[in-house]
Amino acid sequence: MLSNKRLVLAHFLLAFVLFGVALLLGAWQMYIRSPLHPWLSNPELYYRSLTAHGTVMGYAFPTLIAMGFGYAISQLALKQPLVGPRWAWASFFLVAGGAVVAMIPVSLGWASVLYTFYPPLIANPLFYIGVVLLVVGSWIWVALMSINLRVWKRANPGVPVPLAMFANVAGSYLWGWTAIGAALEVLLQILPVALGFKHTIDAGLSRVFFSWTLHAIVYFWLMPTYIAYYTIVPRAIGGKLYSDTMARISFILFLVVAMPIGIHHVFADPEVGAGFKFIHSAFTALVALPTLLTVFTICASVEIAGRLRGGKGIFGWLKVLPWQNPIMLAVAFSFVMLGFGGAGGLINMSYQLDTTIHNTQWITGHFHLIFGGAIVIMYFAIAYDLWPHLTGRALTDLRLMRAQLWLWFIGMIVTTFPWHWVGILGMPRRMAFFDYTSPELQPEAISVIVSAFGGFILVISGFMFLAVLARGMMTPRTQAGEYRFSVAVHPPVRVPVALNSHGLWVGLMIALTLTNYAFPIFDLAVRKDTSVPAVYVGAR
Amino acid sequence: MSSEDIQSEHGHSPSALIAARIEKRWATLSVAIIVLLAAMAAFAGIHQATMPQARVETADPSTLHLSGEFIESNLGSAVEPDGSVTVRAIGQQYSFTPQCVVVPADTPVTLRATSADVVHGILIEGTNINTMLVPGYVSVMNARFKEPGDHLMPCQEFCGVGHEGMWGKVQVVDKDTFRAMSTDNRRLTCVK
Ligand SMILES: [Cu+2]
Ligand SMILES: [Cu+2]
Repeated sequence: MLSNKRLVLAHFLLAFVLFGVALLLGAWQMYIRSPLHPWLSNPELYYRSLTAHGTVMGYAFPTLIAMGFGYAISQLALKQPLVGPRWAWASFFLVAGGAVVAMIPVSLGWASVLYTFYPPLIANPLFYIGVVLLVVGSWIWVALMSINLRVWKRANPGVPVPLAMFANVAGSYLWGWTAIGAALEVLLQILPVALGFKHTIDAGLSRVFFSWTLHAIVYFWLMPTYIAYYTIVPRAIGGKLYSDTMARISFILFLVVAMPIGIHHVFADPEVGAGFKFIHSAFTALVALPTLLTVFTICASVEIAGRLRGGKGIFGWLKVLPWQNPIMLAVAFSFVMLGFGGAGGLINMSYQLDTTIHNTQWITGHFHLIFGGAIVIMYFAIAYDLWPHLTGRALTDLRLMRAQLWLWFIGMIVTTFPWHWVGILGMPRRMAFFDYTSPELQPEAISVIVSAFGGFILVISGFMFLAVLARGMMTPRTQAGEYRFSVAVHPPVRVPVALNSHGLWVGLMIALTLTNYAFPIFDLAVRKDTSVPAVYVGAR
Repeated sequence: MSSEDIQSEHGHSPSALIAARIEKRWATLSVAIIVLLAAMAAFAGIHQATMPQARVETADPSTLHLSGEFIESNLGSAVEPDGSVTVRAIGQQYSFTPQCVVVPADTPVTLRATSADVVHGILIEGTNINTMLVPGYVSVMNARFKEPGDHLMPCQEFCGVGHEGMWGKVQVVDKDTFRAMSTDNRRLTCVK
């Protein structure tokens, strides 16, 4: 039922090609700033590479995965042809074109401001225009997901929306709304200055706008992974989903509570007072809830698989799980990394503990473990699972796939654990090099070398992944059969309206964002005394 | 649960009820964990005075050097009438003024700092002093250094292509040494 295979394939291929390039840049950065390499004669090259790495990995790569996966889900779960394929292609070319337009000034060194923009630093306007095109392209996808669901609902009144599509649409709404923060920052504040209409900018206000995007964007990256946990993993390992209802509640919670908490990213900033920092800190604790629920439901679903395979006793079911199945391996690794990363996240969310590690390598370690580790390893799993249905050819080399996943897991641990450690020692992030001969920094040298080797392992694994997909496009054609999502132990017969539609929750998401953000933004926007001169970087 | 239970597919079968009950227990436990964490953060904030700065204060970066508390002659450490010490500092591409901050041990210290150009950060290694410097705004942090010693003070936020070179220093000296230093100078630094 995948009538628009090429559309999905185009998204995945572009995503993974960009991923390969950005992965190489990341490993180069780790090498350059480690004691393995002498000081870079031109540190600007480092920040140029860092801007490209962050822009691709933060914006282009996960957005393309979410879009491609979303189109696949819409067709496979709803069992209807995609509505609006031309719009979908238009949006793909906007995203791809935006990525190219943004990368031109970045690669020329005209936009070394990092993916987080950091005004009053102002880059070449093409960089921002490229990012805006990318986001606008993805908003078309958001609309298409909503329209496809609406068409299906009209044809199937009262029928429970398939879980995969329910979650997919929730993720798309989350993205549509969370991207608005950075869009306001770029359109209202940065672009007028970059284009020369204005020469001053309120850096504090732009940091608050960006925080609106910065937290929930992580949950947007997470959505495909969670959808895979719930709707691919149980089926792929021969089990059943423990609870369809709990899955819906988790996705709704993400939609509602991922948004109004972004000010935890500006805990250490002077432009927001203590009151709103405290409110956002408390709300941040809530966002652990859907993840805790997910951990329970998925572990229970995996246990069901183990029991169905004849596993007995408290731990016996673990042994009999299909460990030779790459999806099984991927989800296990993903959970381990999610566990470590989540524990670190609890530290970041507390204002008091955050002060010791804010903007240190700890943070770099934390989000690489969550995003690069727990999330991306499931992107691999999604690609492995869907590839035969997209190409009509089987992926046969399970050993290579398993080796690839093992290396990604090992590489991520070897990269990020030393990062956490040097962060606790106080090593700041985003520096092109360090003076390891100074007695204060010398103890950090060995950890930095170890983590650089982790980076090299990740490169090997990343290219093994691309090799698996490339080989999978050359094997003889086969019939992949019908694509199936996981079935719940008790499949939903009738679902309450609240768990079968998004309107109420989108309303709540918007309302909570406004209560938690309207005042801090308004307060800064009306101030006349905080706009500061722009500092232009690169050629104009 | 046994595999027979799992295979029953009716809406309200015994297994469905058991499943729902276990699930509810876990959800309750999850909520309890979260409430506990939030309560701990609130408690620490109130009882150990580790809350973020309460008020937003501003400073115009284009006139810092002309007037106000951040003119150059006013930067460095100042002894207040109550015996506490106020440190005023600014960050600019790619250094701090003063590059070396001197403070007494075991004394309440208030750090007041801002940026003269772009976003910077101040991190004092080996302590939990860590704040952003955003141009236009004044960052305020309260601290107390237990023992004499030297600390590195890097800029922890990307501030342009010289960011990696922006390192300052903090020298913590004992109270008597600091008092002796402050008899000759109104504003103290350890810049040589
Ligand atoms: Cu966050
Ligand atoms: Cu800096």
